[in-house]
This record gives sequence, structure tokens and C-alpha cells, in this order.
Amino acid sequence: MRFIFKTDYAQDIKLAKHGGQVFWYSALMLLMFAAPWLFAEYWLAQLTLVLIYSIAGLGLMLLAGFTGQFSMGHAAFLGVGAYTQAVMTNAGVPFPIAMACAAGLSAAVGVVVGLPALRVKGIYLGIATLSFGFIVEEVLARWESVTGGNAGIHIKKPDIFGWVLETGNQFYFLCLVVTVIATLSILNVLRSPTGRAFVAIRDSEISAQSMGIHLAYYKTLSFAISAALAGVAGALYAHNLQFISPDQFNILQSIDLLLMIVIGGAGSVHGAFLGAIFLIAMPQVIAQVKDFLPAAVGQAPGLQGLVYGLVLIGFVMFEPMGLYGRWLKVRTYLQMFPFYRKGMFKRQKSFQKSDRLK
Amino acid sequence: MMQDTLLSAKDLTVRFGGVLAVNKVSFDVRQGEVFTLIGPNGAGKTTVFNLISRIYTPTQGEISYLGPKGRITLTQQPPQSVASLGIARTFQNIELFEHASVLHNLLIGRHTHRASNVLQDLFFTPRVREAELKAREKAEEVIEFLGLQHYRDTFVAGLPYGVRKVVELARALCTEPKLLLLDEPSSGLNVEETDDMAFWIQDIQQELGITVLMVEHDMSLVSKVSDRVLAMNQGEMLAMGTPREVQNDPGVIEAYLGSIDDVSSLRRKVNSPTEARPAERTAA
Repeated sequence: MRFIFKTDYAQDIKLAKHGGQVFWYSALMLLMFAAPWLFAEYWLAQLTLVLIYSIAGLGLMLLAGFTGQFSMGHAAFLGVGAYTQAVMTNAGVPFPIAMACAAGLSAAVGVVVGLPALRVKGIYLGIATLSFGFIVEEVLARWESVTGGNAGIHIKKPDIFGWVLETGNQFYFLCLVVTVIATLSILNVLRSPTGRAFVAIRDSEISAQSMGIHLAYYKTLSFAISAALAGVAGALYAHNLQFISPDQFNILQSIDLLLMIVIGGAGSVHGAFLGAIFLIAMPQVIAQVKDFLPAAVGQAPGLQGLVYGLVLIGFVMFEPMGLYGRWLKVRTYLQMFPFYRKGMFKRQKSFQKSDRLK
Repeated sequence: MMQDTLLSAKDLTVRFGGVLAVNKVSFDVRQGEVFTLIGPNGAGKTTVFNLISRIYTPTQGEISYLGPKGRITLTQQPPQSVASLGIARTFQNIELFEHASVLHNLLIGRHTHRASNVLQDLFFTPRVREAELKAREKAEEVIEFLGLQHYRDTFVAGLPYGVRKVVELARALCTEPKLLLLDEPSSGLNVEETDDMAFWIQDIQQELGITVLMVEHDMSLVSKVSDRVLAMNQGEMLAMGTPREVQNDPGVIEAYLGSIDDVSSLRRKVNSPTEARPAERTAA
């Protein structure tokens, strides 16, 4: 069991709270930077995909997990970012500028989508964002002069002011750097007044307002940051696949993103990464297990959807805090061994909240 | 208008559809006093609170307030600016940020004193760091003041009711208010906790120099801490004065206990079972 001896207020605003965290996160970074030499090309491609989804997941986590605004059309922001990147890269714009534009345009669209969030809550916001997702998908399919319509669009290799990233390794490093920057930015936001305002809005809008938090401004801001990150992820996604078409940004993609947040653990930055790993690893696991199942089950269409559904139901019922919540329990068990009690993480009964002001 | 008046409500009227929740209520809150609203359930006390914290807008009437930049009409301000004008409030049924630690809650209370914008927050510039440390110092002062050291890093969701009540008070104090609105500070507290609350309210008034406007039912607490009391019933003003004066006011006694006429009318009804039963009469 670790007891942190606090002697300074600055200790509480540090990113790494103790030596153990410094050690493990450094080890993780070393591993990530050494990955191209450790793993085969196929696994590196999967890792790249995990990083890309993590960036989108971070954005959605900020919006859904920390601000409490559900977006069921998040793939639309991914699509806006991807298409912006594709169009600009093919026009010869260098990668960093194109990606900044992808993020900026997605953020602008996010602000527009955020507007209904000022009026509707919960499931109604879900429906509003869902329909927005359909609109964007339709626009991408119909605006053929720019997007190439349903035939899709090819995208050139990323070009950083003349330095073209040809190999998978180089692209992996690009994704890694972007992911690290995105993660640090989100962590910074979360430990600053802006992040606290988001959390306040999630937990009680009425008292957030009475603490002087401008609800409209912060909700819109959350949508903007979230959409910008999705846009960045979309830009990388486009480069990764080198070919994009509107059906990659449909409702299933949105649901995948949401699934990722819930299974990873809503309300934790780790959750975005764990969720992304789950999302990318699961089809692999299913493909491996398929061969051992009887043909009637293994070859049946929709097996993946079924497994995803079951896993999601399982998490909602038994582990609402997701993979990260499970990890916290395991870690506490190990730290406190053999004194861990079963009821330790049991949620205490919440007191009734005021319905009067809602 | 007197110079030392902090907040002045004039002819406040609120109508929700056909219900007249508050009818022509006027009162002045002087600087540095503890002013209490009392009255039976449905008297319109919390509605008056929600008018001051701009959750509701009055149908008629206005509230003027002596803000940091001179006297302003409070009823024309947007809701989120009330906190920066120096008005903080607690809620009757506790509205804390459940999934955050006590310290986190208090730091949210420092929101109006933030010194950075989003861009600076993204990079956590030295300016943000400095502001964070300052905010923490202020939060620690409040923790010290209310004796919350033990709960600093506990999540609100796991705290007992009595402590939550104190945390909510602490969060309101963190905004460094000039006027503190307490909506039933003692509801749900046991006798000891209520005594603590009374001490704190007195300390807030005397040591911190904060004006307190509260809604309260516990008359022993009211008479212990209040300088002046306004009694309301059915949205109307009944009586205003010192706690003793108000408690002895015949109108107030009637509102709480009913009048002699009511009692005799009840008696008659019991004797004639063919007419409506007393319970239904009072309900109507």
C-alpha cells in the first residue's frame, strides 16, 4: 500500500502523482517508441489504429465522460476531419497545415452541433446528434465535386513540408506523437478551471450555473474540443487507410466510438485507451476463436455484433466503470493484499437530488 | 434607500400559470446582517431565493443589489453572472458535484476567480499553475474554517448527509461572496450538527463579514442567529422584524397554528357527518 506524503499544494496539480507513475508511464513510452523494432508489421498497423481511435476516444470522453453530453453522431466529426485532410492533402497542402484545418473545421461543425445541446438533454441530445451524423454522411455522399461521392476518394501520403512519410513505421511515429500531444492537452484541460467547469456541468447544471459557470459557453466549448480531436483522428484515419468513402463514417462507426467510451470506462482518460484497445483487439480475438467453434456458430453472420452486444450488456450490468474501473479494483486488490474486502467499491446509496429545479 | 442596504427587493411577484407563488414581496437586506425568511411549506421562500439567484425571473417587481461596481438591477443580469457579483447559494436538497472530491468541489467554487482562458489551460501555462495554487490556498482556508480536513480527498458520493451540507456551505464560501443565500441550512441535520451550523453562520457573519440571507424552519436556530426575520404565507408577506417580534405576531401564529375560528369550524364539521370531512376541507 502506498501512502503519498504531501508537503506542497503543487504536488496535487502534478500530472504524475508519485514515483511509481513516473516509472510505469516512462516504461510505456519506451515500449511505444521501440514498438516498430519489437512487433511485426501487421501488429504495428493494429497499434497505429489503436492510437487513432484513442484520439477520437479522448475527444468523446471529454464530451460524454466529463461534460455529460452524449453524442451519437461522433463519426460525423471523424468524417469531416478525414475528408478535409483528403481534399487538402491531394491539393498539395503540407500535412500539419491540413491537419490543423481538419481540426478547425471539425471544431466549427462541433460548435454548430453543440447549439441544440444548450436546449435538449440526455436522450434527446442523443437523437439530435444522431440525425446530425446522418446529415453529414449524406453530404459526404452527395457532394460529389469535392468528396467524390460514394466512389470514395484516395489520399496521398502525408507530406510534412517536403518530407514524405512513406513507410508504416514513420506513420506510426506520427500517430504516436499526435496521441501524446492530445493526451497531455486533455490532461491539462482536466486539471484546470475549464475541466472543472465541464465536470460541474456533468454533475449538476443548476449549481454549476450558480457557481458562475456559463453553461452555454462551456457546453459549446466541450463540443468544439471534442470535435477537433475527432477531426485530428479522422485526418490520421484517412492517411492510414489511404482511401475513404462515406460509409466509413456511418452510424455503426458512431456506435463503435460510443461503445469504446462505455467499455473503456466513462469518466476516465485511461478509459479512452482501454476502449480503443478493446475495439481493435476484439475482432482479432473473435477471428481466432471462430475456428474452434462449430461451423454453425463460427461462420454465422453477425457473430461480432452479438459478441459486442453481450460484452456491452455485461459491462453495463456488472462493471459500469468499464475496463478502467475493473483495473482499479485489481490494482487495489494487489496493493492491499490480503486485506481487500468485497464491498470496497460498492457504491453507497446516493441521496435524492432535487427535482424541483429541473 | 438606505446606504447600507445590500439587496433590496421591491414588489416581487411571480406567477406560475394560475399559481401566484409570490405576491408583492418587498424587503431590504442590510449589509452585515443575518436575514431569515420563514413560513409554512409553499409560502414562496425558495421561490424568492431562486429569484435572487436568477433561476427565475419575476413576473413583476425588481431586485436591486449593491454589486462591486455600484448599485445594479439584479433581475436584469444573466444567471451565471450572479456568482461574480458576490452572491453564493446553497440548495435545499444539496446540489453538489457528486463524482468529484470535496476539494474538487471547492475549487469549482473558485470558478469566478479564474485567471486563465481555455488556450492557457490547454498548455497549463505558469499563469494557470500560479492561479491553481492560489485557488488551492483559498480552498484550504475554507476547509480550515469549517473543519473539513478529514474529508478533503473523499468523493462526495460517499459522504454522509450532514457532511455534504457543510461541503455545500464550504463551496459557497469559496466564491468569496458578499451575500450568502442558505436554503434551509439545518434541514436533515441532527441537534449537534444544527448547533455547529448556528456557530458557523455566526462566524460567517462576524468574522468573515458576509451578509446572510436564509430560509429556515428550525425556530431555535432562527432566533439564535437572525437579526431580522420576514414571515411569509401563501406568497404574501406576513410580518417583518426581530425574531421575537415575528414569533409573537398574531398573523404568524395564525398561519402556523390556524385561528380560533378554524378550530371552531372544524368542531362543527365533526358533529355533522353529512358535510365534507375536515381533512378534505383543509386540503381544499
